[in-house]
Amino acid sequence: MPIHAQGYRRYGGTRAGIGRSWQVMTRAGVMSIISKRQFLTLMLLAWAPFVVRAVQIYVSATFQQASFLAPKGETFREFLDQQGAFVFFVTIYVGAGLIANDRRANALQLYLSKPMTSTEYIAGKLAILFFFLVSVTLLPAMMLLLTQAMFAGSLTFVSNNLYLLPAITLFSLAQVLLASTTMLALSSLSKSSRFVAVMYAGLFFFTTALFNALRGITGRSSFAWLSPTAALEQLGDVIFRLPPRYQVPPSIAGLTVLLLIAASLYILSRRVRGVEIVT
Amino acid sequence: MTPLGDAQTHPLDAPRFAGPVVQCQNLSVRFGKNWALNDVTAVFPAGAVGLLGPNGAGKSTLLKALLGFIVPEKGTMKVIDMDVATSPLEIRKRIGYMPESDAHIPGMNAVSFVAYCAQLSGLPATDAMQRAHEVLYYVGLGEARYRNIETYSTGMKQRIKLAQAIVHDPDLLFLDEPTNGMDPKGRDEMLELIHDLAHNKNVNLILSSHLLPDVEFTCDHVVVMDKGTVATYGPIKALKGTTGRVYEMRIKGDEQLFISVLRGEGFDVKDSDEDVMRVFVPGAAGDNPKVLFELAARERVQVRHVRPSVPTLEDVFARAVGEK
Repeated sequence: MPIHAQGYRRYGGTRAGIGRSWQVMTRAGVMSIISKRQFLTLMLLAWAPFVVRAVQIYVSATFQQASFLAPKGETFREFLDQQGAFVFFVTIYVGAGLIANDRRANALQLYLSKPMTSTEYIAGKLAILFFFLVSVTLLPAMMLLLTQAMFAGSLTFVSNNLYLLPAITLFSLAQVLLASTTMLALSSLSKSSRFVAVMYAGLFFFTTALFNALRGITGRSSFAWLSPTAALEQLGDVIFRLPPRYQVPPSIAGLTVLLLIAASLYILSRRVRGVEIVT
Repeated sequence: MTPLGDAQTHPLDAPRFAGPVVQCQNLSVRFGKNWALNDVTAVFPAGAVGLLGPNGAGKSTLLKALLGFIVPEKGTMKVIDMDVATSPLEIRKRIGYMPESDAHIPGMNAVSFVAYCAQLSGLPATDAMQRAHEVLYYVGLGEARYRNIETYSTGMKQRIKLAQAIVHDPDLLFLDEPTNGMDPKGRDEMLELIHDLAHNKNVNLILSSHLLPDVEFTCDHVVVMDKGTVATYGPIKALKGTTGRVYEMRIKGDEQLFISVLRGEGFDVKDSDEDVMRVFVPGAAGDNPKVLFELAARERVQVRHVRPSVPTLEDVFARAVGEK
């Protein structure tokens, strides 16, 4: 029997409007990563600090003797700093292959032959990384604030530290945006996810090492802008109303972060194309 | 019974877009100093149209420009009556594209991949999954649909690319070298599928290929490209049936001299390796090989064999690109 005798039917159902493909991409990407056991272990580890802090809050709220464990404004800053390590690992695990694997399999031309712009493609990929990074930064930090209110039985701490709500949101988003755009830009530069992971780790460690070396030589920390991590830390201190830890103006630190995000988006706009033209 | 339940369907003969599916006007695309397309003006009618040409003729570039992947230096393009420059997404919603190179979305099995592509084209998840199963059966991958695509053979990868291109039931299909790397049996099956899509399923398609038999088997119209320009276009039957006739001829005597005499008389001559030349005799005179005998007698060469030959697309192609 010829193959085509097995049937092909015209489709008469509904079709979604243009501009929603990125949601399909994000949903599929999130589901595919969630289905990996290794990743679930990483997420469990990433939530361990939250559990420890929640227990501390419970103990401090229940037992007078343990009131020294009660959270302060800085506690949330420290928590987000701690989560930085998990941001690093989740970024590498989730992000390294996001575009690199598509480039290896020539999938870009498939995506972009569908009703989808390159901006939508980038948005869909960013949203995957965003989803997981927010779930190890913003989400646990906000949950921690909620836990404090629940165990304390009042909103006094929250109302006394109302700045924490925007501070946690802003700092988490800065952390997430910087990590996700940088990783995605690196991922668009190669066809090997392993190489991308090495590039990202290299960028992270090299810039930090460079800054520390210059600090060691000059005895000053005004070169903190050279390291995205240090620039972000400096920015975090300002956002959380803490004394800045480095001798670099916060505006310069903020500019470093913004420039890195802008450069990453520029690279993405150049690299995400349906066809690669070599002249 | 169909593999799955009933999706909302239209009858196969429900009208699709019937006007010219693609219109290019003075289209030019340049890569560095090279003009990949040079002032291309062509109209692709509805139905199955072959985009024929040697490697580097600009076929794939034209398809990529029509998809909006390449911005032309100048000129305009219309696909399904919509301007590529202003409505690329509306166009892509209604077309399917089967790329030339190996392409898939990593880490997926066939059915997930095809359903995913359907969703990207706007189909709801349940309809997408249902149609993915159906088209995978249609292209002959029904039994292998739960296998990871990365384990597929070259032929299977070609079929899965076709499946993802037709899953959303496009009005127009762009097929870029669809039989690349396939074994003879797989190639025949692929051509049969394409022929079926175009002639029984009412799908408009543009088949880019450098293989003349593929185009001749599947298409009704052809656009012949050469060096970034359109060499000729029209219905294959009309192009093949140009007034005149092709004769296979074998002679005893100075073959090269006789060929130059024939060419001097305005005949197209193709010389083969086996002492057989194919002579195109244009106009009404072509109905009778008498003119060939007269010339042979004049040049004192002995005619050993003359047989009218069915004109092929190869003749059309050779004439169009000026192949000797």
